[in-house]
Amino acid sequence: MIRWHSEGLQEGRFTVSQGLALVGFLLVSAAVAASLLVGARLLRVRARSSSRLKRETYECGETPNAPAWVQFHARYYVVALFFVLFDIEAALVLPWGIITREMGKGGLWAVGSFVGVLMLGWVWGIRKGTLEWV
Amino acid sequence: MSGFVHGLSYGAVIVTVLMTVTAFSLWFERKLAARMQSRLGPTLVGPAGILQPIADVLKLLQKEDIVPLKADAVLFNLAPPVAVVCAIGVAAAVPFSPTVVAADLDVGVLYVLAIGAVTVLPVFTAGWASNNKLALLGGMRAVAQSVSYEVPLVLAALVPVILAGSMRIGAIVQFQSDHHWFVAWPFFLGIPAFVIFVLAMLAEANRIPFDIPEAESELVAGVTTEYTGMKFALFYMAEYVHTLVASAVASALFLGGWDGGPFRPGLHWMVLKTLFLFAGLYWIRWTLLRFRSDQLMRLCWRYLVPSSIALVATAGVWVVFVG
Repeated sequence: MIRWHSEGLQEGRFTVSQGLALVGFLLVSAAVAASLLVGARLLRVRARSSSRLKRETYECGETPNAPAWVQFHARYYVVALFFVLFDIEAALVLPWGIITREMGKGGLWAVGSFVGVLMLGWVWGIRKGTLEWV
Repeated sequence: MSGFVHGLSYGAVIVTVLMTVTAFSLWFERKLAARMQSRLGPTLVGPAGILQPIADVLKLLQKEDIVPLKADAVLFNLAPPVAVVCAIGVAAAVPFSPTVVAADLDVGVLYVLAIGAVTVLPVFTAGWASNNKLALLGGMRAVAQSVSYEVPLVLAALVPVILAGSMRIGAIVQFQSDHHWFVAWPFFLGIPAFVIFVLAMLAEANRIPFDIPEAESELVAGVTTEYTGMKFALFYMAEYVHTLVASAVASALFLGGWDGGPFRPGLHWMVLKTLFLFAGLYWIRWTLLRFRSDQLMRLCWRYLVPSSIALVATAGVWVVFVG
């Protein structure tokens, strides 16, 4: 059981070789996207005449009445705040996940109290109805 | 430098296979959907229509490229390739066998979750850059959904990390190979975590029953409304690749990856598990209806978040006191 942890500690860093392999992989995936776009550019048809109407914004056939870039109520800003809280929580709990065994009961208490406080906030949010989509 | 060459060569092989599987999964999905609805599906191109995806790609390559006059052209053109790179990029850290892996990162789980979460950015960029109300609404919905389901996704993925004591996906699979698949034991942790992971992953990939961002009955095609030809196809491809790669991640984290139980372990087990899971997702797609936005949010924040936190806590207690 402990074997895994000790291995994890030795390997627990982002090596240059791994990073380079990652860059290589991402380059290949970028090449796929680029080659498809270039292929489309070479092969696609071009209209002989262009009209403004064709490049008009699509609104189901109606004449577009206003730009879409206006201020409107983003209904989920409280959800976004909650997301930030819980995502930070996840980011802080993740490292504990690797060394749960070694930290033992102490780690459980620490993480438990931390998450417990957070869940108090969750209960408040549910009670207040802030997490309802209105 | 050898790392770079390794990434390039393995990347070329893995990406080629991914693209091929994705293309033919389109045929498979259309056939499956057709059978489920008492239709035949594609039949004309090749035997049983199996060459249909190739015909589709050739058609999409020829389509005229239309950029709306009022759109932000730079962002509009940038979003589709970024979406594809993010979707494929997740596969870098997924081990298909002990040796077939592009970059078996020590922070593999974190990397997979991070890049998976980034995929919403090109979607929102497309919605914003189109300067189209339908597209913008689709983009906003995609952000709300991804932001919410990110939390149960990360917490569900944390359960195998706690049980195996490593964030390297290869080590997690090896641990399951040495002990038990997490979905088999401890099943009271593995099965719920697996279910939450798959649900959250469906929501992240905007698939039915969570495809509210592109709800075609309300938003035409959501963020892809203004896209034509290959740029539209890239978004479509990104969605399929995302689902496929996420199935691979779920297979590795919960279903034992390349381990074959009593049989010899190998690449084929990982491929089989991934494809079975992928096909299961199609089944869900053609069976269920779409959720409403408020139902989606309620499911996530009321039920999935607290239950995934409870799972993480139980996994911690289990590891400390039992195993």
